[in-house]
Amino acid sequence: MEMGRNLIEIKNLTKRFGDVTVVNNISLDIKENEFVTLLGPSGCGKTTTLRMIGGFEEPDEGQIFFEGKLLNPIPAYKRNINTVFQRYALFTHMNVFENIAFGLRIKKIPKNEIEKRVKRMLKLVDLEGFEERYVDSLSGGQQQRVAIARALVNEPKVLLLDEPLGALDLKLRKEMQIELLDMQRSVGITFIYVTHDQEEALTMSDTIVVMNNGVIQQVGTPEDIYNEPINRFVADFIGESNIIEAIMPEDCKVAFDNVVLDCVDKGFAPNEPVDIVIRPEDIRIVTNPDEGMIKGTVRSVVFKGVHYEMIIESDAGREYMVHRTIAFPVGSYVGMNVQPFDIQVMKRGDPL
Amino acid sequence: MKKRVRILAYPYVVWMAIFIVVPLFLVLIYSLTSGDIHDINSLQFSFESYQKVAEPLYLKVIGDSFLLAFISTVICLILGYPVAMIIANANPKYRSLLLMLFLVPIWMNFLLRTYAWMSILSPNGIINRFLAFLGLPRLEIMPGNVAVLLGMVYNFLPFMVLPIYTVLSKIDKQVLEASSDLGGNRVVTFTRIILPLSIPGVVSGITMVFLPAVSTFVISGLLGGGKTPLIGDLIEQQFLFSRNWHFGSALSIILMIMILISMAIMSRIDKNGQEEGGKAG
Repeated sequence: MEMGRNLIEIKNLTKRFGDVTVVNNISLDIKENEFVTLLGPSGCGKTTTLRMIGGFEEPDEGQIFFEGKLLNPIPAYKRNINTVFQRYALFTHMNVFENIAFGLRIKKIPKNEIEKRVKRMLKLVDLEGFEERYVDSLSGGQQQRVAIARALVNEPKVLLLDEPLGALDLKLRKEMQIELLDMQRSVGITFIYVTHDQEEALTMSDTIVVMNNGVIQQVGTPEDIYNEPINRFVADFIGESNIIEAIMPEDCKVAFDNVVLDCVDKGFAPNEPVDIVIRPEDIRIVTNPDEGMIKGTVRSVVFKGVHYEMIIESDAGREYMVHRTIAFPVGSYVGMNVQPFDIQVMKRGDPL
Repeated sequence: MKKRVRILAYPYVVWMAIFIVVPLFLVLIYSLTSGDIHDINSLQFSFESYQKVAEPLYLKVIGDSFLLAFISTVICLILGYPVAMIIANANPKYRSLLLMLFLVPIWMNFLLRTYAWMSILSPNGIINRFLAFLGLPRLEIMPGNVAVLLGMVYNFLPFMVLPIYTVLSKIDKQVLEASSDLGGNRVVTFTRIILPLSIPGVVSGITMVFLPAVSTFVISGLLGGGKTPLIGDLIEQQFLFSRNWHFGSALSIILMIMILISMAIMSRIDKNGQEEGGKAG
């Protein structure tokens, strides 16, 4: 899949509701055919950002450009952008066919052409034969597909999706994630996807935009975001992590709790205070404590399906979360090792 | 548990039987008989009263009643729908205040309100005195049908606004956003989304205005000055003054049947409207 030039450019966008700044001076470029996810906890401004792109909220400051043209003054109904709403927002007084055909009818597309395009969409979302059904009689997953078809049939350049899978159960959600990805690849349009589910974001996105308190924390590929979180918030929000306050006595060394570990990060001032992240799955356990960089006692073991989650308390009293496929008995004294490239060093931010 | 709940309904059932079913039955019997109503033995089965209803004079009264009720319902719909929309779209902080302001008149007695209109519209009323003060010609609408219509619209408008407001305020804002997202401007969003979704409210509003309007008797008496007697006035007259209970009962039964027919038509429209919305939308 190729990604081309910038399709949407957001410049210094700000939105306030009363005294609360919901979106605070964000800038972001989105490319053609890109699957971008706005990820963050509720209230972080991700949905408001999406709604400004869709034209449902007016920015207080800043500009949104679409194919180089200023989008701000254009009302929602004239934007070549379509949205899949959180609660689907289907038209309950229409059947499935009319729901999907709604946008095409407004554009005065000839009848047989509408028929053809709606049928094609129904096939894409796997709802052939549902034309005459009323949307109230459909399951959540089916309503979801109608909502997607209703948006995609207009062949928008950009599809906005506001937590579209939030109302579905876990299994259906996983299936729909794969289907949505397939659809995005096959129709080749830009998806801007809002979610608070980090796993969903990691699974689907080309680019993840992590937001908190109306500010973009980090923009990157899922691998970047997961492996090299830029600050404590991102590290904590994406996946499980051990976040440790440390200092860097010199390049490629971190020190905490009387241990000095090798790492691969450079460029910090000598003895600069930093936060380091070690993912639970990156800690290896050895039965002989003397072979470990950090020694500790297993405090608890919980079976999680794919792996065991163990809490190991080091001699210095720090608790580490460790994910391993082999369990070590509670109370056993073990050693822990971490590879230098598995230690992510971040600038010290505000404590959480 | 179920049995207990059923017991709770008994008083109501008894109430209904004594005060609704029995009187209705009596009205039916009176309408189908002739003779002295105080002397059961003198009562005889007869279609006399219904034949009387069919006389042109009385048919005109029924026709006038339905026509005036129809016109006032249409006016209520035209005035009430925008009001309901404005209230439904108002800032939630002020919505209940707006609604209350609109409903305050209902708290006052129906007769008082109608008398108030008399003092406004009458030949020597507020409007005419004001016009005379400005040296303008008098406004001669009372007594007359225009004044009756004004009174009906004023009295029954809240019953149009309330059900429409209720339906409109329940429409998910996201659905309207979805319409504009798909290219629908305000007009399209109104005609293809808001209007079809509000049909149930419109239907119950029409019912709630049309029914009291077609059977009203005070408004036409006070504001119309008896120029155009309505079916309600006629029934009142038969029971209170002419003492012809048989004819009054026959009129009541005819009115009831016509109301039932119009309600059946309305509920048909309700169903069709929703289905048609599905096809045409």
